[in-house]
Amino acid sequence: MSVIAFAKNWNGKFKNSTYELVSYTKKIADQLNTKLIVVSIGEVNNEDLKSLGKYGAERLISVNDPQMNILTSRVYSQVISEIAEKEGANIIVLSDNNSGKAIAPRISVKMKAGMVAAVQELPVSLDPFIVKKRVFSGKAFAHVQIDSPVKVLTIAKNCFGVLENQVDCLIEEFEPEVSKDLYKIQVLEEEEQKNKVILSDADIVVSAGRGMRSPDNWGVVEELAEVLGAGTACSRPVSDEGWRGHEEHVGQTGKVIAPNLYFAAGISGAIQHVAGISRSKCIVAINIDPEAPIFGVADYGIIGDVMEVLPKLTEAIRNSKS
Amino acid sequence: MNFEFTEEQLMIRDAARDFAQRELLPGVIERDDKAEYPTEQVKRLAELGFLGMLVGLEYDGGGMDTISYVLAMEEISKVDSSVSVIMSVNNSLVCWGIEKYGTEEQKQKFLKPMARGEKIGAFLLSEPEAGSDATSQRTTAVDMGDHYLVNGTKNWITNGKSASTYIVMAQTHPELKHKGINALLVDAKSEGVSVGPHENKMGMRASDTCSVMFNNVKVPKENRLGEEGFGFKLAMQSLEGGRIGIASQALGIASGAYELALKYAQERKAFGKEIIHHQAIAFKLADMAVEIEAARFFCLKAAWLKDQGQAYGHASAMAKLYAAETAMKVTTEAVQIHGGYGYVKEYHVERLMRDAKLTQIYEGTSEIQKIVISRGLIS
Amino acid sequence: MKILVCISNVPDTTTKVKFKENNTLFDDSGVQWIINPWDELALTRALELKEDAGNSIDEVSVIHVGGAQTDATLRKALAIGADKAIRIDACAADAYYVAGQIAAYLKENPFDIVFSGIESSDYNGSSVGAMIAEFMDYPGISSVTNVDLSNSEVVLYRAIPGGKQKIKVEIPFVAVVQKGITNEPRIPAMRGIMMARKKPLEVKPAVEMDVLTKSVKFELPEAKGACKMIDAENVEQLVDLLKNEAKVL
Repeated sequence: MSVIAFAKNWNGKFKNSTYELVSYTKKIADQLNTKLIVVSIGEVNNEDLKSLGKYGAERLISVNDPQMNILTSRVYSQVISEIAEKEGANIIVLSDNNSGKAIAPRISVKMKAGMVAAVQELPVSLDPFIVKKRVFSGKAFAHVQIDSPVKVLTIAKNCFGVLENQVDCLIEEFEPEVSKDLYKIQVLEEEEQKNKVILSDADIVVSAGRGMRSPDNWGVVEELAEVLGAGTACSRPVSDEGWRGHEEHVGQTGKVIAPNLYFAAGISGAIQHVAGISRSKCIVAINIDPEAPIFGVADYGIIGDVMEVLPKLTEAIRNSKS
Repeated sequence: MNFEFTEEQLMIRDAARDFAQRELLPGVIERDDKAEYPTEQVKRLAELGFLGMLVGLEYDGGGMDTISYVLAMEEISKVDSSVSVIMSVNNSLVCWGIEKYGTEEQKQKFLKPMARGEKIGAFLLSEPEAGSDATSQRTTAVDMGDHYLVNGTKNWITNGKSASTYIVMAQTHPELKHKGINALLVDAKSEGVSVGPHENKMGMRASDTCSVMFNNVKVPKENRLGEEGFGFKLAMQSLEGGRIGIASQALGIASGAYELALKYAQERKAFGKEIIHHQAIAFKLADMAVEIEAARFFCLKAAWLKDQGQAYGHASAMAKLYAAETAMKVTTEAVQIHGGYGYVKEYHVERLMRDAKLTQIYEGTSEIQKIVISRGLIS
Repeated sequence: MKILVCISNVPDTTTKVKFKENNTLFDDSGVQWIINPWDELALTRALELKEDAGNSIDEVSVIHVGGAQTDATLRKALAIGADKAIRIDACAADAYYVAGQIAAYLKENPFDIVFSGIESSDYNGSSVGAMIAEFMDYPGISSVTNVDLSNSEVVLYRAIPGGKQKIKVEIPFVAVVQKGITNEPRIPAMRGIMMARKKPLEVKPAVEMDVLTKSVKFELPEAKGACKMIDAENVEQLVDLLKNEAKVL
């Protein structure tokens, strides 16, 4: 018996979400009185691998193969399943991000393992194995029981937090045999938005809605985001109007995010929008309409014109920093 | 007795709702404010098939029943009656008459493009001095052998400017009074046709309403709808169906205003609680809900009779009267529930209240409906 | 080429979620059912691809696992323009079961491209598409934002954190699509609604397949405390509260 965490890297580096994943999985391993095995695929230097020891990674299996630097879900799922078989793992945990969403279902099928995506907290019960997940896009939670011997979870961001638990990290190299046939996808081009905070990673998000009145007014949103080091987001009408790109749309049919701090500027707070942000730790609403439903879900509220309030807020934060 | 809609009827209702919410709601305030004709929206209305939904499939229509039409009219009118009136006139007043009484040539030439929504039609009955009393037509169509020569002025014409085809009521035999009236299909581009300026209306400001003048307009004989002297009957029959459209429009205006008021009453707080928890507001909403439901039943009953091939003139007059009165009452209360916010354009209800007024006036005033209804009572 | 779009039937996104039987079952009384929004976008895109004559796509079908009460949703897909609908007659018990059923159909009735929405707005499993890919041993591409078939090869665009990728893939494959794949879902036209009546809606029996997970209980999120209002003239107070009370700055 053992518990596996898949530590994804981004160009050889881990992120905070990886540390949270390792912390979470270590906790489950402790609860089950079993061992945690962390799996890393692609080239990562030893120092970075070792850093996972800080969060309880006592054993790390590294597939240090440059050919695997680019994520291919078929290859990754095969490698992880192979290790899981070999190690007799019964719980496999991944982060609930794009790669986790692509790999976990494949592991589920390969190992005939029941899978639950976007788990919110530590298991509610270990026997039977029950986890809590977000359903109806955040409007409710379900307790899902997994009945198969092997279980696959992806965990939502900020579901547990990062917990330090220094252990010595023993690194083992592993060379799986992977058929060339599995590399059927060829990346032709890649485009990265430089110097932009990635929305799903952002700890602070400044989001704006139709209350901005015009796409030309977004300067004040971007300035506030800049002084906070925050990501920018928007409501559905704004992305539908083409004022901002779809990648910024937060809500039930857009991205579901869980930052520490979420600013909703000129967003009325339709139920679909709230579904996408309700897991934020702290919500600040700025709206001219005192009756806007967003105030019903916010922790702090300011009634006022976003075009006046945002620049003042930017200024106040700048001053508080200096 | 069965109160269930079919899957298709519900699908049409949902399609109309999606269209209204997605494509009519953005910009409806601005179009009303500027009295701007909804060109793009009418194009979409045509693409989706609403403009000819009642016309049979063989003439490129949607082949839908009248129940579906009521449901679609209600959903579209919840948001934008300036658009739904275009749909109502095209379907009930123009296409219906041609499909029912037109010759095969007339159907091929005039009905098909209108059923597809590529062209739209207008129904020209009212005159400066012949509104409710439609028998006193002064527009003349003199029989010149192979054609009619039309002279006169028509008033309050919905789609007056945007229509390509007119159905014009004109007097050919004044001595026969209303039995001398003919209904003529007139190409709006005919020589001698001129269109007056857009009326600056109180409500339904985005629909184009204007007068149309005829000065020695030649109309070929083959463009006459029905027999010689059938015009008045055709007009009255068309209006019977038209009333289902306008009743559904009034129903939509009422239910649109009610939905906004209900939502507002659950969000707005006064004296420490949402205003819906104050009886004064709760009872208003209860009254509104009851009257809207009753109006809906009237509309659906008239539509059902029409679909069953039974007489529906009496039922459609009742529906039109009741729904229009309900629309006026409900929209007024919706403004009241919104308080000061209700009086500004941003909250929609003031527009719905202005739009509601017209439903008591056009296609037969409420008073005319009472004449129709009361005449039907006399045995 | 043939495209198969996987459809799930979900409560309208404005639904107020309630549960019954001691919070063990979703209370579907008065619920309006719709095509899962992402699936509807996928279907719209598939139809756009078909309408573009250069792409030589001869069929766009939809598949769904559910009971007879979900036929209305499938007929809407037909009204929007799908050529054929297939319903696997079974309760959509969990993602593994649903993916297994669809894969079993695919093995008998091959398609070149399978579209699936990135998640369903009810159980938010976000796994059916990738599971189908695994059952079929197909490549699966996630977070797809555009599909281009205009050249001899299949080019997909997918969102990656902070950017996008242009990739080449060979058929058959599964594309898990997200928002941006097309602008807006289609509204069915009258003609489409009429024609839907004549299009095939095939009902297939389910194959033997395990169910690995089950929802045993539901709960609603805790109500949030009252919103603390701050004067617009006093944004410094907000900064102070965020720093010292909420401790998020």
